Amino acid sequence: MIKWSRLLGFLLIVALFFGLAVPTYNKIWSEITLGLDLQGGFDVLYELEPKKPGQVVDMEGLIATKDAIERRVDESGISEPIIQIEGTDRIRVQMAGVFSQEEAKKMLVQSPKLEFKNPEGEVLATGEDLKSNAKFVTDPNTNAPQVAVEFKDAAEFKKITEQYLGQIVSIWLDDKVLQEPVIQSVIHDGNAVISQTSADDARAMAKYLNSGTLEYKMNEISSFSVSPTLGEEALVKTLWAGLYSFILIAAFMVIVYRLPGLVAMIALLMYAYLLFATVRYMGIVLTLPGLAALVLGVGMAVDVNIISAERMKDEFRMGKSLLSATIMGQKRSMPTIIDANITSIIAGFLMYWFGTGAIKSFAVAHIISVLATFITAVLISRLMLQLLVRSNLIKNNWWYGAPKQKGGAA
Amino acid sequence: MRFDIVKNRKWYFIISALIAAAGILIMLTMGLNLGTDFEAGSRVQFTVGQAFVEDELRDELTEAFGFEVDSVQKAGETDAIARIAHKITEAEEAHINDYLSKTYENAKPQISSVDPIVARELASKAIWAIIWASVGIILYMAVRFEYRFAISGVISVLQVVLVVVSLFALLRLEIDISFIAAVLTIVGYSIHDTIVIFDRIRENLKHYKVKTTEDLENLVNDSVWQTMTRSINTVLTVVFSAGMLYLIGGDAIKNFSLALLIGLVTGAYSSIFIASQIWVSWKGRELKKPKPTQA
Repeated sequence: MIKWSRLLGFLLIVALFFGLAVPTYNKIWSEITLGLDLQGGFDVLYELEPKKPGQVVDMEGLIATKDAIERRVDESGISEPIIQIEGTDRIRVQMAGVFSQEEAKKMLVQSPKLEFKNPEGEVLATGEDLKSNAKFVTDPNTNAPQVAVEFKDAAEFKKITEQYLGQIVSIWLDDKVLQEPVIQSVIHDGNAVISQTSADDARAMAKYLNSGTLEYKMNEISSFSVSPTLGEEALVKTLWAGLYSFILIAAFMVIVYRLPGLVAMIALLMYAYLLFATVRYMGIVLTLPGLAALVLGVGMAVDVNIISAERMKDEFRMGKSLLSATIMGQKRSMPTIIDANITSIIAGFLMYWFGTGAIKSFAVAHIISVLATFITAVLISRLMLQLLVRSNLIKNNWWYGAPKQKGGAA
Repeated sequence: MRFDIVKNRKWYFIISALIAAAGILIMLTMGLNLGTDFEAGSRVQFTVGQAFVEDELRDELTEAFGFEVDSVQKAGETDAIARIAHKITEAEEAHINDYLSKTYENAKPQISSVDPIVARELASKAIWAIIWASVGIILYMAVRFEYRFAISGVISVLQVVLVVVSLFALLRLEIDISFIAAVLTIVGYSIHDTIVIFDRIRENLKHYKVKTTEDLENLVNDSVWQTMTRSINTVLTVVFSAGMLYLIGGDAIKNFSLALLIGLVTGAYSSIFIASQIWVSWKGRELKKPKPTQA
C-alpha cells in the first residue's frame, strides 16, 4: 500500500526547493561579486615611503592615504573598489570591471602640483596644506554648488584670508589655472567653500583638490591585471564545464545507484543553490580558487551519497529489508562522513587562519561548502530517501541498489 | 580470486619511493617554473593569434620593449607568456600595453609584476598554510583514530603533492597562485579519501580477532576491497568535474585543472596503496613484538 503522507512529504521537499530556486537562482548568481580573476581588473600593492626626511609612516597616515585613494576612485566612477591596509606600510587596491587600467593606475599614484597663488603669482599654499577631504556641497541658502575644503593649519589660512580679503587667490593644477576665486571673508577655522558653476564642476574641483594631497610616496611593489574579456571568457567556460560535469555525474549516479543516485542529484542541486545563496548573502567575493573549492565540494557531496548508497548495498547483500537497509546504511556510514568532513573543515579553518589572498578565499568557500554538504547531502538527502522508501511507492529493492531479485522487474 | 593488495605492498613502496626520488631529482635539476606570484619580476601574457616560434618572438619583443625579455613560452595554442627578470616600471608597462594592442589583434595583454620581498612572502605563507593544515589533520586523526593513522595519512598526502609538483616541474608548467588552489583541493580530497578507508579499517578492527600480522593484513585487505567500489566511483565523479574543466574550462584554468586531475587520481591511488599499507606495516610491527615474550 502506498503511504500518501510520506510520498507527499517527499514531493513537497522537491517542489519547495524548485519553487524557491527556479525563480531566484538567476538573480542570486548575477548579484554575486566576482573576483578580479573572473571578471577582469587589476590588483596593485603599494608600499608607502616617507616623502620628507623625519616623516614616518604611521597608522594615522596610512588611513588618511587609504581614504584619499578611496575618494579618488569613487570620483572616477569605478564601482566597488577594494582598498585595504596590509601590514604597517602597505595598501592594496583592487578594481574590477571594464575601464582603462593604465589611466586608473595613474590616477591612483599621481601627485599633481596643486598651488594657491596670490595676484602677484607667489605661491601661498600647496596641495599638502589641504586636508584631503574636499567635497561637493550646496549652499544651504541658495542651493548653489560649492566645494568645501579644509586647511590643515587654520592659523596660516586665516593669515592668508586676512591679507588677501577681497582679492583673487587663484588655484593652479600642474601650472594651469583651475579657478580664480575671490576671498569673501576672513576664515578662522580653516574651513572654506569655493563657489562653482555646476555640480559637475564642483565634483571635478573636489577631485583636483584631493588629488594633490597624498602624504607619502607610493611605490608599487606588486601588480597583476586580467583583461576583462579574458576574465569573462574564463567564467563562461568554467560554468559550461560545471554544467557538463553535472550532467555526466548525474547520469553516472542514476545508472549506478538508481533511486538513491537520483535523490543524491536533487540534493546536489540544493547544495549548489545553497552555496551560491550563501556566497551572495554573506557578500563573499567569488574567485578562481573559490570555484576550485566548489569543485572539491561537489566531489565530497557526491561522495557522501556514494558512501551511504554503498552501505545500503552491503546491507541488502546481508539480506536486510528495504527499510532496514536504508536506515542501517545511513546510520553506519555516518561516522565515516563525519570524520571525513570534520577533518576537511579543520584544514579549511587553518588555511583561513594562516593563508593570504587566494588561500583565504579557497578556505572560505571550502568551509561553506562542507557545511552546505552537511545540510543537503547528509540531512535533506537522507530525509528524502527515507520518505521515498517509507512511501512504498516502489517496492522493488532493485531500484534502491539491491542485487536483481528473482522475478523482480528491472 | 581477488587480488591481494596488502601482500604486494613492498612493490608499491618501491615504486612510490622511486617516483618520489625521481620527483625530487627533477625539481633539484630542472627547478620549478615559478610564475610571478612567487618569483620577482614581470610577466606579460597575451594572445598572438597565430602560431609562433618562441625564440623569435622573444627577440622581437626584446627589440620592441627596449629591454631584455628573458623568455617567451607558449600557453595554450596561440598565447604567449613573456618573462622579464626585473620588475617593470609603470611607464614600461604602459609602453608594453600600447605596443601589444597595436601589433596584435585581440592581444588581451595581462601584465603582472612582483617585488622580490612580496614574492617570498607569498610563497612562504602558502607553504605554512599547508603545513598548519597538515598539523591540524594529524592532531584530529590522532584523537579520533590513532597517531599511526594520522602519520600514514599525511605521508600519503605529501606523496600526492610531491607527484603533482614534480610533474609540473617536468612538464615545465607554470606554478602560480591557482596551482596553490589546486594543491589545496588535492590535499583536501586525498585526506577525505584516506579517511573513508581508515574508517572501514577501524570499524573492522572491532569485529575481527587480530592476533597475527597475517590477520591484520587480511583485515586491511578486506577493508580496502569493501570500500573499493566507493573509492573508484568517487574518484570517477571528481575526475568528471576536473576533466571537464580541463577540456572546456578555457586556457586560464588549464594548468589548474590538469593539476587537479593528476592530484585526484594520484590521491585515490595513494589512499589505497600507500596510506593503508604504511599503516599495516607499522601496526604489524607492534603485533610482532610481543610474540617472543609470549612464547
